Amino acid sequence: MKIIIPIKRVLDPYTQARVNKQTQLVDLTNAKMAMNPFCEIAVEEALKIKENGAASETIAVSIGTEKTIDTLRTALAMGVDRAIFVNTELDLDLQPLHIGKILANIVKREDAQLIIMGKQAVDNDNNQTGQILSGLLDYSLGTFISKFQLSNDGKSTEVCREIDSGIETRQLNLPAIVTVDLRLNEPRYASLPNIMKARSKPLETIEISSFDIDISPRVKVISVEESGTKDRASKQVQSAEDLFSELSQLGVL
Amino acid sequence: MSVLILIELNGSEVSSNSRAAITAATQLSDKIDALVLTDDSANAASVASLDSINTVKVIADSKLEHVSVGVASKLVAEVMAEYKYLLSGSSTYSKNILPRVGALLDVQPISDVCEIKSNNTFVRPLYAGNIMATVESNDNTILMTVRATAFEHSGDGGSATIEELSLPIPEQKSNFISLQESQSERPELTTADRIVSGGRGLGSKENFALIEQLADKLDAAVGASRAAVDAGFISNDYQVGQTGKVVAPKLYLAVGISGAIQHLAGMKDSQVIVVINNDPDAPMARMADLVWETDLFGALQELNDHSL
Repeated sequence: MKIIIPIKRVLDPYTQARVNKQTQLVDLTNAKMAMNPFCEIAVEEALKIKENGAASETIAVSIGTEKTIDTLRTALAMGVDRAIFVNTELDLDLQPLHIGKILANIVKREDAQLIIMGKQAVDNDNNQTGQILSGLLDYSLGTFISKFQLSNDGKSTEVCREIDSGIETRQLNLPAIVTVDLRLNEPRYASLPNIMKARSKPLETIEISSFDIDISPRVKVISVEESGTKDRASKQVQSAEDLFSELSQLGVL
Repeated sequence: MSVLILIELNGSEVSSNSRAAITAATQLSDKIDALVLTDDSANAASVASLDSINTVKVIADSKLEHVSVGVASKLVAEVMAEYKYLLSGSSTYSKNILPRVGALLDVQPISDVCEIKSNNTFVRPLYAGNIMATVESNDNTILMTVRATAFEHSGDGGSATIEELSLPIPEQKSNFISLQESQSERPELTTADRIVSGGRGLGSKENFALIEQLADKLDAAVGASRAAVDAGFISNDYQVGQTGKVVAPKLYLAVGISGAIQHLAGMKDSQVIVVINNDPDAPMARMADLVWETDLFGALQELNDHSL
């Protein structure tokens, strides 16, 4: 069984996003970039499944300009077997529907039975790509998973989903797509020898133009602005009595 | 230019995020219908009495209890043929279904809409709400989830027509096994007027009970930071933040929370923010209206003992 792990290169999540007033876009020039944290969790889960002997191969896929190769190398250094790089040449505003269509092509070509991916990327926060991919392929889908267990016959998987009302457990028939939540696992770090080894692992490049997909933006970004968290004029209180009386005055008790 | 609202039910009750979606819909059109997928058509009654809804379309079938997203999205896509917009309140329910409907209709959905600027222009958060983007959809059909904290929750008083649709239910590829529901007598986190939220500073599950005690005293909901959830003090459905729940209560009382950017994104629109912490330099403290810089256990004790 092959596992595909689509991953995304994003602004380092511990870096503050800033707007470039001229371009009216988030400024990524010289910014520190990293693998989307949810994608790291997806990579880790795929590696664990392979280590348990239930998968034959793990394949990371990413789409973007050449810099995206760095992120694929990180996945290879973590232990993924090979990588597929879809080269966009330019910085395109690709959206989940476009990404879903590209991934659907790759999943079919590889005949992968399992696709493990992050539930959302922490840049655009769409939380859509896994769902869209499942719709395009008509595969079973488990979103927001915090637990993953393959059946003994390898034909299905049992997943726990973190949903608003609690934890839902479902059985998904393979082929399946799962999108991972934070508590599924703790991703490993790549060791130095593995980083060296990753350089010689196979990395295939596919030009985006080789897919017959309309990549014009469906949703256009008109403008962006920093909203962030505004500092408030904090007033100090010293006791419970103090606090409760302030809250009464503010009318929120 | 008609709107279909995908209604999320909690039992037979309409969820508050669906009510927010109705308010958002009224800014787009006055032709608003609702769609309910349920195992029991009796559940449609509460939907019919919602304000602003013309027709409630009901697909009722015993197979729809805990239905798979694959089946749900096919049914929604089929009903969508007659509509320009599909709206639903942002929740794990709609975030699961709507993008898959988008794939079936070849539409790029828009997540977490906070403001409607025109019939195709919307404002939505990026980067955990640190950036707000104004986006324009070029699709003929527009699918969106809306933030329940950004729109008023529409009330009752309407009398919509109920129309039962008999669509064949496709075969599902995933089966429901169980739902471990969190039981709580307290107000629901996303709609509560007051929230008492605890972080890693609480140190243990036992100590977290002090947060629950204070919440009960204030008739508040309980919230938690990701660190507190990861540490096992409380279950995931209490998590406030970018990947948890987005809240905007009248009072947000944060105890032992340092204020990771992802947490702040989930509560920054609260009306009054109170921080109890021993670290005056924590990012959380800068957002506070009231700060009590002290040992948090002593503070919780004093608050719990103080008679209101």
